[in-house]
Amino acid sequence: MTEARDTIDRNRRAFLGAAAGLAVAPGVLLHTVAGAAPRSAPVTSDVRWGLLIDTAKCADGCTACVTACDEENGLNLQVKPEGQSEAKWAQQRSVWIRKAKLQDNQTGRITNLPLMCQHCERPPCVDVCPTGASFKRADGIVMVDRHTCIGCRYCMMACPYKARSFIHEKVTAQLTRAPRGKGCVESCNLCVHRRDNGQESTACVDACAREGHQAILFGDLKDPASHISQMLTAIASRQIREDLALNTGVRYSNI
Amino acid sequence: MKRIVYREWQLAPQRYWGLLAILAAVAGLGGLAFAYMEHEGHWVTGMTNHVVWGTPHIFAVFLIVAASGALNVASIASVFGKTLYKPLARLSGLLAVALLMGGLLVLVLDLGRPERLIVAMTHYNFRSIFAWNIFLYTGFMVIVIGYLWTMAERKGNVYTKQVGFVAFVWRLLLTTGTGSIFGFLVARQAYDTAVLAPLFIAMSFAFGLAIFMLVVMFAYTQDGRPLGNALLLRLRNLLAVFVGGVLLILLAYLLTKLYGARHYDLVSFYLLSGGSYTLAFWLGWILIGSLAPLGIFAHPVLGQDRTWLAAAAGMVIVGGFAAMYVLIIGGQAFPMPLFPGQTVVESGFLDGQVAPYAPSIPEVLLGLGGVAVALLITAVGVRVLQFLPESLDDRVVDPHLAAAAEPA
Repeated sequence: MTEARDTIDRNRRAFLGAAAGLAVAPGVLLHTVAGAAPRSAPVTSDVRWGLLIDTAKCADGCTACVTACDEENGLNLQVKPEGQSEAKWAQQRSVWIRKAKLQDNQTGRITNLPLMCQHCERPPCVDVCPTGASFKRADGIVMVDRHTCIGCRYCMMACPYKARSFIHEKVTAQLTRAPRGKGCVESCNLCVHRRDNGQESTACVDACAREGHQAILFGDLKDPASHISQMLTAIASRQIREDLALNTGVRYSNI
Repeated sequence: MKRIVYREWQLAPQRYWGLLAILAAVAGLGGLAFAYMEHEGHWVTGMTNHVVWGTPHIFAVFLIVAASGALNVASIASVFGKTLYKPLARLSGLLAVALLMGGLLVLVLDLGRPERLIVAMTHYNFRSIFAWNIFLYTGFMVIVIGYLWTMAERKGNVYTKQVGFVAFVWRLLLTTGTGSIFGFLVARQAYDTAVLAPLFIAMSFAFGLAIFMLVVMFAYTQDGRPLGNALLLRLRNLLAVFVGGVLLILLAYLLTKLYGARHYDLVSFYLLSGGSYTLAFWLGWILIGSLAPLGIFAHPVLGQDRTWLAAAAGMVIVGGFAAMYVLIIGGQAFPMPLFPGQTVVESGFLDGQVAPYAPSIPEVLLGLGGVAVALLITAVGVRVLQFLPESLDDRVVDPHLAAAAEPA
């Protein structure tokens, strides 16, 4: 009798164990996923994201970074309003990253580089925004809260890099990861959705690497062991408009 | 000095309603322009990612700056105790509030998201001079309305001097704040200088007074009320001083920029090679807006002639718009100094190039709508309330003449 009961109990325990496992496992699994992609955890200032651009590696005529940014952030979904001229549209469509080719006035030396939001430590766009919509995240990313942006464009007046764009037209298509609204301002946010999803790198960095140039490096400026920090220690780099002492998160070498 | 009798504007109803209809029509067109821009988005304007503030801002800043200047006459009367100006102090306050409302309306209706104005009133970033200005502008209106009450209500008369003083200080802060919207912009070569604050103060004195003179002359001529030379010629002299003051600070601005090699190209752009900006600078601001009116004011015959005085005041206003065009649009069109010592050979975003800008019809209509609203408020104000003295005859306003005319 006792033996028989034990047998039953064992079966019952095994059943209950399996059932409990089935019930708890998804929760544990979700918890693990959440740990990998900390969307619910606040952004910390333990990291500061930044870019290092080696202009010597930036190829003349290559616009892979621009195309990749357009696709990643839905900028290629912008539609020229009917009746608008191409020339005017080129000045009104949103641009997050652009290529520039420079020539030294004295020596004639040519430099190619991509230019985007420089993610300043003390961003003028954040200082001037009347509502606080233009803000800097704890991890150093400068971006616009599209819920509180009133479209006054004062940040565009204040940005020393002309890095910001205003949405001049009706928005017909957009990506969930990069929401866009008519009458609001936006700019490069270092592919912030990738940060929040725990992904590596940015679209421009990946594209540049795919082309074999590897001119752009993304990483944590605060982590001395990160590749970007080590490169910044090893080679000379500059900030664009260093005179403004903004301590930019985007650095350039060979400029 | 005789007791000043104030009376509502007595323009014949047909003419008055005709005037209101015209102003309302212009304001209505401005409203339609706003609706169109709001519905379509800013692509229908001349504004781009390179010239982000356009014609609406020329009108808005002009009106806001002029609003502060329109208070000149009241300030001189209450703060500096000049009795000659006292009869027109009420109109001065009314015009100041009206111009500010017109200017703010244009500014707000040009926002990318005008429906989020409530956000601007509930979320503040006090590092932003824009946020300060929200308080400076609303505060100005409250103070000036209170000021008007102290002038119009016998019980309030005792406070006129004190409230007038607060209004005087506030208007200086307001124009300093408006100038600093540009002065604080470190990014652009044309801005990034403290001298813009005093420049805007001087411009406010000049533009506001010019508008005030035109309004007084129009109101009194249309109404057939006596308007003596004593006051008018004083205002003329004052306007001449203010126009001269603007030129002086402008010179300081240009010389400051010219002294360091890094700004040579900016000054050369304004003065020599800037195309429409150079034209607006020399022809609009300097010649039509400053030298010509100064010449008229100084002329022994023309300087006494009402028509010429009105024309000269109009020229100062034209010069004011030219000044705003040069400073606001020209300052943005001029390329940013991103790479000193380098020439931008190619760029996907107009780097190193002068940004093109052409005003669009909706922008102009929105701006004119703001002017119409300001004048509409003034026209209704003087009609329904006692803002205008019945007579501005020399014997009424001039304390010396009045004393001489009194029987001994």
